[in-house]
Amino acid sequence: MSLLAFCEWLAATNGSTALRESLYMYPLVESTHVMFLLLFVGLTTIWDLRLLGFTLTQVPVSEMTDRILPMVRWGFAIMVFTGVLLFYGIPVRTYQSVWFRGKMIFLILASINIAYFHYRVLPNAAAWDRDTRPPRAVRRAGAASLILWALIIVFGRFIAYNWFDCDIQPQPAFVNWFAGCVVPPPQ
Amino acid sequence: MLLPFFQWCESLWLGRAVVGSLWLFPVIESVHLLALSVLGGSILLVDLRMLGFGLKHYSVAALARDARPFMIGAIVTLISTGLPLFLAESIKCYYSPAFWVKMTTLAIAIVYTFTIRTRVTRAEPVRNTARLQMLVGALSIALWVTVAAAGRWIGFS
Repeated sequence: MSLLAFCEWLAATNGSTALRESLYMYPLVESTHVMFLLLFVGLTTIWDLRLLGFTLTQVPVSEMTDRILPMVRWGFAIMVFTGVLLFYGIPVRTYQSVWFRGKMIFLILASINIAYFHYRVLPNAAAWDRDTRPPRAVRRAGAASLILWALIIVFGRFIAYNWFDCDIQPQPAFVNWFAGCVVPPPQ
Repeated sequence: MLLPFFQWCESLWLGRAVVGSLWLFPVIESVHLLALSVLGGSILLVDLRMLGFGLKHYSVAALARDARPFMIGAIVTLISTGLPLFLAESIKCYYSPAFWVKMTTLAIAIVYTFTIRTRVTRAEPVRNTARLQMLVGALSIALWVTVAAAGRWIGFS
């Protein structure tokens, strides 16, 4: 079964239909998703700014990891949970959205950045833990995180706009390719 | 009574420019969201600390001092991007209960943040102010989340 076929099957389930057609549930889930930006991206931003040496310079980076990371994890869990629900409610259109696909690519890049930070940068933290301005590799990870999460927010917001939707043709060839649109051949 | 004022707002060139462009509204809205995230971080860092979460080994006063420039920068960005968004659809806002909830709570939140909250975060922990801090932190979170949620809800009406 292709991913598109899976999304079409998902859209036909009772739960997906109920969520999509509910008057309040979908907006409530979406609002929760947006509200947790405050916690998740907010604290991630503060953390990135610390890595860049722009704020909380008296706080060791390990202290941020110990004390802030648990809250960031909670925020992320709720983001993923509400995000999956939003996809579940509108699977086909979301799957074929250039903005959603872009957002997923940036999410993967952000995950790679996090893995790189945790396994390559953080193990040497003893050497620069208390630096007000950490070494370049640390600052680079912080800057990459700031940029990627900003892009994820913007692309996420743009999913709501239908400029590049598959059912609005003609679209540029790149859009049809990137969104995986099934375009009927010209008559 | 206020309707003529909102109609005048909607007639201004800035709002017309936003409405006339395909990209301007979404782009300004995105910057508004980015600033919201920064506001969230700079507010929650301090409020959650007052509630006993996060950087417990550091004083509330120190965290609030470090977070303050980002909080003020975020509020300035939010207002300066919020204004053109409002001018683009003032009359819709006039008829939106969510808009009035947001503006009322926003006014309260700003006054509260720069008076009571500032004073409490700066107070040296000479006396046991833990309970007061918890109350102030919880109220701050409640106010700003209401502002943000009501703001999101304007779009659903």
